[in-house]
Amino acid sequence: MTALTVVFGIFAIWAVVSALLCITRTNAMASALWLVSTMFALAGIYVLLQAEFIAAIQVLVYAGAVMVLFLFVIMLLNVEETPREWKRWPVWLLASGLAAVLTAELVTLRGYSPGRLAREISTMPDSMAIPAYVFPGAMGTGPDPRGVVGKIAEPLFQAYLIPFEITSVLLLAAVIGAVVLAKKRL
Amino acid sequence: MLLGPSLALSAVLFALGVVGVLIRRNVVVVFMCVELMLNAVNLTLVALAQLHGTSGQIMVFFVMTVAAAEAVVGLAIILAIFRHVQTVDLKQFNLLKG
Amino acid sequence: MTHFVWLAILLPLLGAVANGIIAVRRPDSRRLVSFIGVGVLLGAFAVSLGVLREVAAGHGEATKLLLWQWIPVSDRLTIDLALQVDQLSAVMLMVITGVGSLIHLFSVGYMQEDPGYARYFAYLNLFVAFMLVLVLGASLPVSFIGWEGVGLCSYLLIGFWFEVDANSDAGKKAFLANRIGDFGVLIAMFMLWWHVGTLDYAALAEKAPAVLPYGGTIATTIALFLFLGCTGKSAQIPLFTWLPDAMAGPTPVSALIHAATMVTAGVFLVVRTGVIFALAPVAMEVVAITGALTAFFAATIALRQNDIKKVLAYSTVSQLGYMFLAVGTGAFAAGIFHLVTHAFFKALLFLGAGSVIHSMHHAQHHAGSHADPQDMRNMGGLRKAMPWTFILMAIATLAIAGLPPLSGFFSKDEILAAAFARGETNGLYRVAWGLGLAAALMTAYYMSRLMAMTFLGTFRGGSDVEPHLHEAPAVMTAPLAVLGILSVIGGALNLPSFVGGSHGLEHWLEPVTEPATRLMDALVMPHGSVEYALIAGAIAIAITGLVVGVRSTLRSTIPTPAEAPAETGIRRLLYGKYFIDELYQKLFVGPLVWFSRRVLWQGFDQFLVDRMAVGGTARVAQGLGWLGSRLQNGQVAFYVTLFAVGVVLILRTLVG
Repeated sequence: MTALTVVFGIFAIWAVVSALLCITRTNAMASALWLVSTMFALAGIYVLLQAEFIAAIQVLVYAGAVMVLFLFVIMLLNVEETPREWKRWPVWLLASGLAAVLTAELVTLRGYSPGRLAREISTMPDSMAIPAYVFPGAMGTGPDPRGVVGKIAEPLFQAYLIPFEITSVLLLAAVIGAVVLAKKRL
Repeated sequence: MLLGPSLALSAVLFALGVVGVLIRRNVVVVFMCVELMLNAVNLTLVALAQLHGTSGQIMVFFVMTVAAAEAVVGLAIILAIFRHVQTVDLKQFNLLKG
Repeated sequence: MTHFVWLAILLPLLGAVANGIIAVRRPDSRRLVSFIGVGVLLGAFAVSLGVLREVAAGHGEATKLLLWQWIPVSDRLTIDLALQVDQLSAVMLMVITGVGSLIHLFSVGYMQEDPGYARYFAYLNLFVAFMLVLVLGASLPVSFIGWEGVGLCSYLLIGFWFEVDANSDAGKKAFLANRIGDFGVLIAMFMLWWHVGTLDYAALAEKAPAVLPYGGTIATTIALFLFLGCTGKSAQIPLFTWLPDAMAGPTPVSALIHAATMVTAGVFLVVRTGVIFALAPVAMEVVAITGALTAFFAATIALRQNDIKKVLAYSTVSQLGYMFLAVGTGAFAAGIFHLVTHAFFKALLFLGAGSVIHSMHHAQHHAGSHADPQDMRNMGGLRKAMPWTFILMAIATLAIAGLPPLSGFFSKDEILAAAFARGETNGLYRVAWGLGLAAALMTAYYMSRLMAMTFLGTFRGGSDVEPHLHEAPAVMTAPLAVLGILSVIGGALNLPSFVGGSHGLEHWLEPVTEPATRLMDALVMPHGSVEYALIAGAIAIAITGLVVGVRSTLRSTIPTPAEAPAETGIRRLLYGKYFIDELYQKLFVGPLVWFSRRVLWQGFDQFLVDRMAVGGTARVAQGLGWLGSRLQNGQVAFYVTLFAVGVVLILRTLVG
């Protein structure tokens, strides 16, 4: 049990609880805010996984921009509470069953079992446990000389340049599509 | 390495997303559950990037872009449908009934 | 010329095509049709003459003409489209194109006013083409093309006036009866292929005696199946019922197809495949006895018929029986001889009858009478109006009755003598001879009865009709005259030795018949006093029949069809043709129709195929479609559920 494991555990519990609340809140607005909470927790986990840049855009783009869009739409629609928001219990049962099986399968897909998971967590070596910038010098390998952003930017603007550029076309198409669909009359 | 715990967490989040899609009737919430599933997958990619290099993180970057585009278009579609049927209840969206 | 023998087939074929096009495009250009229709036949006749000359100049060997490979399947199965020119096909060529030309010429007059003139000549030309394929074919399959083709043309021409149901029914009947026979020929071909390995006539004659044991079951079966085909095509017992009905067609058709050529194809086939028959003495006996019985029974039916064409039809059946009696005794040349002379005098009789019917029809038309122009009870005394037709038909009558020195005497005498000679060793042939002799008596009787009812006495068809009777135009009487001459001198083809002849046709055909006759016991023809006694008996019988026929007919009063009393006893049996048609109707047609309607149509087709198979398939597809449509309920959650279940199942296999 290392400090890293404890931090990860906190973020993990935060993410799961938030996700659970997100899918169980009757109010759509509450759901959306709990989803934002989940995304913050995930951003924290990304930092632990040494993906600092991703953590940053997770907060900026996802929790920020995309979720604001959602909130905006929820408020725009301004629907009253649907009288029967919840489906009947057989659906719950079926969904829970499916989810349980799915989880079990996804975990075992990478060759993990509950036992192995527990072992991995308990035997995690201390040397790798503490991220470098929280406790500098504790990491086995030092921080990347290119910096947090350069580590992503270099492959993105070299090997993945063309997909990156194509992304702009995709976004343009999405913008035009959204305008066409959402506008009452062109 | 945190790989195992991360993957397990991702699996749990993904399953929660599926449950949400299945039990909710508000189309916007269902859509948010899909976002939750996307986030779970992103977590998988980031976790595996530790093993296989930064390509996984690049992939997450692209996934986020696509998710943004998808959210924009999807919400626009929801708006258009809402204008048509005056409800967000998925049960009423049954134009594809055979 | 032998190498251009295919021209004889091609010319009528082209004529048929040309006339067929005219029949569709410009059915009224009669002159052109006559020109083409008769012209191609004359051309074919010219080719035949050339071929005959070359065959006569040759040394008896057959010429095989390979046109192209027809079915080149493998080394074991290669069927060539080849023609064979030898003595037999040369004779048949002459008969078909010669008599055919005369009948085409006659048709120009007879069919002049028919609206289907061009169609008629198209069919008739096509028939000649197929008939020539049949006789010229060098192997059974090639002959079979012609065999089927003439059947088709026969069907088309019997049902020529198809507006009347009875006519098209007669056509169908002929076709079906022929199909039964064709089935026999096909089986025989398959068996020959299997056991001998060739279908070529020349190769068969060579190989069959070596491969098939003499008198063995295989040879007998093959010969009997072949003979089944012959009974169909040549109207022998038990398949003879179609020929009298075939008289529904135009009379020249009856003369050409149902008297002179097509119906003799069976005799031709037996001679062509004589080796197979020679290997099967039992089959030979069957052929001879069937022929004799047919000759006898058909003659008895002819005794009481009143329709002029029906009498001639049964007479044809009877005479064909003679030919089969001849080939059944192994006297192949005698069979062919009778085939030739019969073609002459029976064509003459039919054409004469045609001219009588033509005249009657016109006279009745003028007088507004609706009586049957073919019923002899409406005729009588026609010799005054139609002297030429009378004289020529009288010659033919004497010829068919077998009065010397006309052609029929020699050919019939030859057959009876051969049957008598075989009777020395085999009692069965003595019975056949007796039947033949009785049939000869009846032949003389019914023919003289026909002549007396038609031409002698006074006209019974009404005084208003009589003045309009007239002789046929020259284009019709001229072919009659030619046939009359041929009927008189036809016997010269094969004069027997007792009048100083040399059996010309027999020697002529020897190269063809020799492989078969070599296998059989030699036929010792009667000589000396026995021969003279036989001849004297035959002449006496003929004269008796003729005299009795004329006198009894003239003495009795003949009632018109309207007031004729119902026939009783044996006369009723004969008049009703032994009720064979009714028997077949009850025995075969009725059950078959019942079976087809109830079991095959309603049971199998309507219930099993339509309702169960077709309808069932549709219903199953409908049900599956309904189930599928239940899946498409428009609920996103439902689709997602299925999707998730699918993902779970796929992951399950990935996890292993």
